Amino acid sequence: MAAAPKRPFRWHIGVFLAPALLVYTAIMILPLAGTLQLSLFRNIDQSQVFVGLENFRTLFGDPNWSVNFWNALRNNVWFFIIHMLVQNPIGVLLAALLSSPKLRFAAFYRTAIFVPTILSFVIVGFAWKLILSPLWGVAPNLLDLIGLKSLFTPWLGKEEYALTTLSLISVWQFVGIPMMLIYAALLSIPEEVIEAAECDGITGMSQFWKIKLPLILPSIGIISILTFVGNFNAFDLIYTAQGALAGPNYSTDILGTFLYRAFFGFQLQVGDPNMGAAIATMMFLIILGGVCVYLFLVQTRLRRYQF
Amino acid sequence: MTTKLLTALLLGTSILGSAGVACAQDVTLNIESWRGDDLAIWKDKLIPAFESRNPGIKVVFAPSAPTEYDAALGAKLAAGSAGDLITCRPFDKSLELYKKGNLADLSALPGMENFSDVAKAAWQTDDGKASFCVPMASVIHGFIYNKDAFDKLGIKVPETRDEFFAALDKIKADGTYIPMAMGTKDLWEAATMGYQNIGPNYWKGEEGRLALIKGEQKLTDPQWVEPFKELARWKPYLGDGFEAQTYPDSQNLFTLGRAAIYPAGSWEIGLFNTQAQFKMGAFPPPVEKAGDTCYISDHTDIGMGLNAASKNADAAKTFLSWVASPDFATIYANALPGFFSLNNTPVKMEDPLAQEFVSWRGKCKSTIRSTYQILSRGTPNLENETWVESANVINGTDTPEAAAKKLQDGLDSWYRAGK
Repeated sequence: MAAAPKRPFRWHIGVFLAPALLVYTAIMILPLAGTLQLSLFRNIDQSQVFVGLENFRTLFGDPNWSVNFWNALRNNVWFFIIHMLVQNPIGVLLAALLSSPKLRFAAFYRTAIFVPTILSFVIVGFAWKLILSPLWGVAPNLLDLIGLKSLFTPWLGKEEYALTTLSLISVWQFVGIPMMLIYAALLSIPEEVIEAAECDGITGMSQFWKIKLPLILPSIGIISILTFVGNFNAFDLIYTAQGALAGPNYSTDILGTFLYRAFFGFQLQVGDPNMGAAIATMMFLIILGGVCVYLFLVQTRLRRYQF
Repeated sequence: MTTKLLTALLLGTSILGSAGVACAQDVTLNIESWRGDDLAIWKDKLIPAFESRNPGIKVVFAPSAPTEYDAALGAKLAAGSAGDLITCRPFDKSLELYKKGNLADLSALPGMENFSDVAKAAWQTDDGKASFCVPMASVIHGFIYNKDAFDKLGIKVPETRDEFFAALDKIKADGTYIPMAMGTKDLWEAATMGYQNIGPNYWKGEEGRLALIKGEQKLTDPQWVEPFKELARWKPYLGDGFEAQTYPDSQNLFTLGRAAIYPAGSWEIGLFNTQAQFKMGAFPPPVEKAGDTCYISDHTDIGMGLNAASKNADAAKTFLSWVASPDFATIYANALPGFFSLNNTPVKMEDPLAQEFVSWRGKCKSTIRSTYQILSRGTPNLENETWVESANVINGTDTPEAAAKKLQDGLDSWYRAGK
């Protein structure tokens, strides 16, 4: 019996994959593994000693750490909720309006709404700090013009409003992203489907709810998960607007700023890379958990329509 | 990665630099510093003054950005490419360098006898046996006021707390000026210009600070809670929306002439002199009743040490002795009004506002900020917590007692006195 002809090893697959694999490993996987490893060590007498899960026990067991951690996580969840409730519905609404064929200057609106997204966090943070400034800001004057001056408070300086205000600033900055994605999804709905719906007498609002919305649900799912990952990795806006101590009274402290203070230290506080790595690991696990829930529970149930 | 690249670059420059030295006969000393703002003063005034007295020694002032200084210095020291002279941050950051063997012991340096113990405390081991940096300058806390506003309203400079609050009431009643320019948004103003400014009068300066370190006093004792109570009384005198007022906002409010009193640190003098269009004066934190001993925060901020690996140690020591001399102090303090020499010999200064600040050293007792030495080594960090709690007290979200208790509980969780 002749041996089955051996298929030649397909080197080209490896060669083509290698650059991406190497770069990704070097700049993503190795640092991630390094962080996980760092979180299992502790600096004792100027040398790194393996301590197992001791850092995590400190993080959750020692009230000096755990209170801050839960506070940061709670704030982070609120930050995410605001984005989901405000940013994404507004994004869908804007996309629906933009895709309406009757709208004039659609390209202008599209660009204008998307511009804040490409601005740097630093610009956004400082611009809004100035807009909302009780001393020189335009917000008090604008409210005065419409007779609502009494509604003005120094939002960024009040514990009860600061985090919500910052979330809304972030929404303002990033609303362009869901808008663009949904807009693209709406444009890709085939004309035949719309025409068929019209033949069946489904027009206007009910056409949006019954035909278009189900078709763009997968895009909304993707946006949700992007929002989730982005929000739990957020740091820059809080840091530029409120500083590393995330005042007032830690009310705007999210996981990113908490990690920053622990890892790099702040003012007289000396940085502790090991505890910082422990917090980073928790952030990684939270994001991983969230993404898994989405992938296995939500995405598998989304119905896809093939045209 | 970046650190390595930085190190490599620095190493490269230092090799090139030393190649240049090899050609010349002179010894060249390099100074590491974060005070880029002072470059002109070093180049035009300090270095020529030193070089003319010490032929054969050349000095190069090579600053890096304040935010990068600590990291860059650490990398250079590790690579052996750091300059001969190192500008020292106060307390733990420099102590750490000394413990690692990066800074040489300067206890026996000629000139060190020109400084008091308080001045040297920022650059000593905890037991005070070894000093490793020459103290260069300190900043003094107090209140800067708008003299024109005080004259117009007929207010005289307050000496006691009652007079202070009476003055604030009068300014508020008049309504032309915001009584006090301070915000709580950036947190540190409330702690540094508030708590650490008025506090020493209550806890009797060094006496209270050292007792706190020894564990004989607690932050919940009356002398540590009272300053919080006074801070809580400041609230009605601050501008509208002070909760969102940042540090630059406060500076601008005052220099634009819209506020009458500014809780200050002397480092503001240089900027205020160039920006304010009105006459300014200053007064120390008011005491309880006239004639009480007053205490001021005279915080050691900057010093200079010797790189233990320096090849030009002798020349560097000559330079440091000069830094410790009244000669250096006079040039430095006049070039940078608001950064005061720590030298025991009084320095003649030209700037009237700076003179006013420094005159308090004669009548009041000096201390440094209570949270800086030893007490901010652990987690939670006492200094950072003091920022947050001072702001909370002024905002009215925490009572003075609750704030003090939080600070003491945080300290108790890691600090054992006498350890």
